[in-house]
Amino acid sequence: MTAAQTLVEVLRDPARAMAIDLTRWTELLTVARAETLAGTLAHRLEGLAVPDAVAKALAEARIDAAEARRTALWEANRIAKALRPLAHPVVLLKGTAFAAAGLAAGQGRGIGDCDILLPKPMLDHAEKLLVDAGWQWIKSDPYDDLYYRRWMHELPPLIHAERGRMVDVHHTILPLTARQKPDAQALIADAVPLDGGLAVLDHADMIVHAAAHLFADGELAGGLRNLWDIHALIEERGLEGLEARAARHGLSSTVDRALRLSHALYGTSVPRRCRHLTTTDRLYRRRLMARDGWGRERHTALRTAFYIRSHLIRMPLPLLSRHLWIKWRKGKAASASG
Amino acid sequence: MKHQITLGVGPVSFRIGSDWHGPIAALDALYHDYPRPGFADYSVRLEAISPWRRWIRPSIRVRGDYWLPDASPLPRAQGLLAAEMGMNLQVALGHRRHLLIHAAVVARGDRAILMSGVSGAGKSTLALMLSQRGWRFLGDEFAMIDPETGWVHPFPRPVSLKNESLELIPDEYRVGPLLAGTPKGDVRHVAPPTAAIAAMDEPARPALLVFPRFGFPSALGGLAASETFVRLTQASTNYVAMGEAGFRTLVRLRGRIPAVALDYPDGATGVAAVEALWDAL
Amino acid sequence: MAAPRYRAAEAALLIVEPLDVFTAVFHRPSGVTHLLNEPAPQILEALGNEPLEMEALLAWLAERYDLGDADGSGTALLCARLDELEAAGLVERT
Repeated sequence: MTAAQTLVEVLRDPARAMAIDLTRWTELLTVARAETLAGTLAHRLEGLAVPDAVAKALAEARIDAAEARRTALWEANRIAKALRPLAHPVVLLKGTAFAAAGLAAGQGRGIGDCDILLPKPMLDHAEKLLVDAGWQWIKSDPYDDLYYRRWMHELPPLIHAERGRMVDVHHTILPLTARQKPDAQALIADAVPLDGGLAVLDHADMIVHAAAHLFADGELAGGLRNLWDIHALIEERGLEGLEARAARHGLSSTVDRALRLSHALYGTSVPRRCRHLTTTDRLYRRRLMARDGWGRERHTALRTAFYIRSHLIRMPLPLLSRHLWIKWRKGKAASASG
Repeated sequence: MKHQITLGVGPVSFRIGSDWHGPIAALDALYHDYPRPGFADYSVRLEAISPWRRWIRPSIRVRGDYWLPDASPLPRAQGLLAAEMGMNLQVALGHRRHLLIHAAVVARGDRAILMSGVSGAGKSTLALMLSQRGWRFLGDEFAMIDPETGWVHPFPRPVSLKNESLELIPDEYRVGPLLAGTPKGDVRHVAPPTAAIAAMDEPARPALLVFPRFGFPSALGGLAASETFVRLTQASTNYVAMGEAGFRTLVRLRGRIPAVALDYPDGATGVAAVEALWDAL
Repeated sequence: MAAPRYRAAEAALLIVEPLDVFTAVFHRPSGVTHLLNEPAPQILEALGNEPLEMEALLAWLAERYDLGDADGSGTALLCARLDELEAAGLVERT
């Protein structure tokens, strides 16, 4: 069994940790850190009689998670304050949303940038308000900037000058270049308000977004964590309304694949139709598990395939070649001048 | 990985893996008296930058549970240095059990002096010289302060001495190979005295905080409470990451022990000044 | 429109450690340590009891501390400090 498999098994059934020897624990911790699942693992194992040395390392992962949570919630608070003139709730996405809503998916989870969702017509105003409140653009390159504004589903990332934290302001949950067109208005209209001018997506939308994020945005790097989000959301609050919601956003097949993989890896309770993996699913599973006990990624060819695929998903082919061409030209120019 | 070793140093344990035998053999020799635990808190990888570079112009890339993307690779002959850098990085970026202060620590009985300073302030040399005069060596890199007790835990890693400091290495100490032409100049690692390693699970109570500066005319200065506070936050690699526990630990440390800034022109004068401060406590 | 009233973060959210002329303040919600000097700690003290308008705050402080406000520079200074404290989340406008 590979270290990634051990990680998945222990997350699924913490009692299995009792049978692990010390050498295996070292590998498990390394692979959990590499997959940004160390805090989640530590929470799952809390209260279990693990070896003393291991318990100390897991306690540290919980400290990190607590700090990540504190920082993320404060950042959300500051963003809501800056955006108060919009008179519209700030819809939190992903990790910050799980923490703010007190969901099990947020327990022990690392949280990076703050992702928020706002109605598209408000984006310009939001950008101005954030800049006035101390956020700055990171991408100064005009092509990158234009690329973001035209083709991505977000403003160019902004970073706060003092706190050094990044905010991604989205107006939908997939790039405009993607084939599927989620119903952004419905996402925002049905969001669940929280205190302090914040809101989170409705439960079913949260799962749809997590699935879209898992497959459509990126090379499946960090996929085990993103899949765990889906598992934890479903185990806590079930599947009600998910099928209809996925259909409404044009993401039924994406959500079904996420459910099949979540069931296969973590034993998630899913509808009968999602309890068997297809041949393609098995490739995804291999990609998700491609990490050894030293935290290194394995299966180079498979990774490359997923890398190319990730670009195909984000952009139609002519646009992709244009994008890569400009990137290549810029790379040449940079190396010539550097 | 093909070659590996685990090492226990005070409250922390490491697993170091390598594509080559050399760095692991060097670690095995230098860390002769340290335990080889079954579990490791952190993993460090010394890996070839590409498969063929294991053999041709071999370069070592340092990776691990925690790493910095912009760290440049080192030549294979400097494998020991790469391993030490990797271990330092794991602790600096990952450790949350103790508040970490960049400081050398020596103790008499269970009372300790923390000597905090930037690289080049001479804290390693002072600690090594004091270790020859009956002081227990607790470490020259990180003072590990326990948030529960406020006591400092030993983390007695080998000392890395550079260039002109190399001649200070006492004969009876265990040393690593001379690493010439590293980014820091000529470097040699010196293992602490066996007794210091044997006592690496025995914490000590901080009693004095010194901010030494090497190469200046002798001078001794008191520090305002707020200056000590700021200096300590700046000398800590995990103060922010520790959150409230970091604040409480640092406030307690600052409030309990006297702090002085010490300028000294050479090692012998520095040692005498530190011991005079100790006697006056 | 009524003048804004200011309120300090709840005492339970702050750990205050007087050092010398500086006071270290750990703000729990943000995890940030602030090093404050006069009159910032005094402002927090004043606004910790009840929310105050700017004028009432100035009066409260003048009663207890020497603000050197003969030429009105005290008010300007106070405004600047209040803005900083608000940006840091230590003070809120209600």
